[in-house]
Amino acid sequence: MTTTLTPARPARPAVDPQQLAAAASNRVTLGATVRQSFSMGWRGLLKVRRTPEQLFDVTLQPILFTLMFTYIFGGAIAGDVQSYLPFFIPGILVQTVITTSVVTGVQLREDMDKGVFDRFRSLPIARIAPLAGALLADTIRYLIATTLTMVMGLIMGWRPDGGAVGVVAAGLLVIVSAWALSWIFAFFGVIARSASSVQGISMIVLFPLTFASNAFVPADTLPGWLKSFVDVNPVSHLVTAARDLTVGNGITADAGWALLGAAVVVAVFAPLTVRAYMRRA
Amino acid sequence: MTTSTGGSAWAVEARGLVKTFGDNRAVDGIDLQIRTGAVYGFLGPNGAGKTTTIRMLATLLRPDAGTATVFGRDVAREAQAVRSLIGVTGQYASVDESLSATENLVLFARLLGLSRADARRTSAALLDEFGLAEAAARPLKNFSGGMRRRLDLAASLIAQPPLIFLDEPTTGLDPRTRLQMWDTVRRLVAGGSTVLLTTQYLDEADQLADRIAVIDRGQLAAEGTGAELKASVGTSRLQIGLAEAADEPEALRIARSVLGVEPTRAPDGRLSAPVPTADSAGDLLVALRSAGIPLHDIAVQEPTLDEVFLTLTGHASAAPAPAEDAQDRDLEEARA
Repeated sequence: MTTTLTPARPARPAVDPQQLAAAASNRVTLGATVRQSFSMGWRGLLKVRRTPEQLFDVTLQPILFTLMFTYIFGGAIAGDVQSYLPFFIPGILVQTVITTSVVTGVQLREDMDKGVFDRFRSLPIARIAPLAGALLADTIRYLIATTLTMVMGLIMGWRPDGGAVGVVAAGLLVIVSAWALSWIFAFFGVIARSASSVQGISMIVLFPLTFASNAFVPADTLPGWLKSFVDVNPVSHLVTAARDLTVGNGITADAGWALLGAAVVVAVFAPLTVRAYMRRA
Repeated sequence: MTTSTGGSAWAVEARGLVKTFGDNRAVDGIDLQIRTGAVYGFLGPNGAGKTTTIRMLATLLRPDAGTATVFGRDVAREAQAVRSLIGVTGQYASVDESLSATENLVLFARLLGLSRADARRTSAALLDEFGLAEAAARPLKNFSGGMRRRLDLAASLIAQPPLIFLDEPTTGLDPRTRLQMWDTVRRLVAGGSTVLLTTQYLDEADQLADRIAVIDRGQLAAEGTGAELKASVGTSRLQIGLAEAADEPEALRIARSVLGVEPTRAPDGRLSAPVPTADSAGDLLVALRSAGIPLHDIAVQEPTLDEVFLTLTGHASAAPAPAEDAQDRDLEEARA
């Protein structure tokens, strides 16, 4: 339209570029970093809303796996399905949510190949913001996977003695741990050449962690060498902690170990990931 | 503009910039001085090192050697400060394909520290200014190449940066959209911005840039105003299609005597001769008319980028220009 009466944009302020340059800060404050990370998280949520098919894995997998494994393993391991559920639901919950966190790395790789990351890198924002934002937005995925797994359990007859408080606490613990682990996969996402190689490397890390744990079977049925790995595996501690919370044993030492493990993973992989990201940037 | 007191008055100053990828010296010792408030053009074929140079100045790549400053701030040591002074519009639109136009601009505005309300207001104003208001809520998948570029440029202007990098702003655009983009660049400069643009087209650099740097194989082959470059490059050529092929020997003889040089004969039968001035073209046409030689068509062709390169570097440009570009060149045709 040619007849625009209002001025399209306020006139450029008559600032001398040299003065602007002299005043420009070379640092990003912590407050600004947090705010920018949340803006990037908002972008992640918008993307999910635009492409809901991204949520297939976190909706279908919990429903399918919970249903399938309960009936496959239930009779063999616990004698019947009903007595397997209190043992199994926390296990499959951890397994499902952690598997979901692999997608973080894959999507980050795909995202970083897009032109928009050039713009992010050219903006005066904290270097960690695009990464932190992506990881922040992924918590919504963990929340969906957690909720669906638990609802499936309830439908099949799972009646946790820990009550609503225990169940919610277990869910939160698992989400926090998955978020911490996703930094590992984000690291692979940043250093890998392609999205499919991220998937490949991540699975090699993921399978021993989730299957060589007490998520599906009690650890005492395992041979000694495997049992000693399962006992130190942080995923086992997480599963045990989630079990304790849901059956009403309250917060146990395993919860502490799981949170400590999560903190260590973040402390190691967050700086590594940001460094690698900046080198590519 | 007031003259700035103290410090460097240059928008960009670079000394001995080098960037190597493996054993390829993409940028091989480039020196630059770009005046504040000017449009500066990088002219060169694909792979000449234009984009690599811009990416170093825009803090997206670290120089392997050399230094560069933007308004006096060092691009390597004070990258974050430099980033708050520049807007970068890449060769391929650097906007988020999965978001709408408004969402893109609001996101960038929020990242730049604008409040929610200010971000919305600025985005709406920019979309209006770039003729994207009607498409604001639509997904970018349905945007044309020109719309994407405009959105990309709008995103670069949110913070009203004093220096704007435009990497091949019109490559792949249709002629009409290209002219719109030229207008936009001119408006930016009228508003006081400094613009650094790269292009493969001589006419584009000529139309927009105050000064042009011809870049070839990572080095500065020549630097100057458009007029200076063209003067160094050579002259336009007059092309003549004769109505009767039988007139050719006579036409060749007249051209030789009027222009003092030997015309060449193109494969399609048209004659082509260098014309240093518009008058010499007129002289030739008048001479042909008085000899009673009917013409089928005439055209004037300005020096092409290939000729610029041939003259300035002694070798042809590495990448042949795509066929469609031939029509874009200053080819003024007149049917007789």
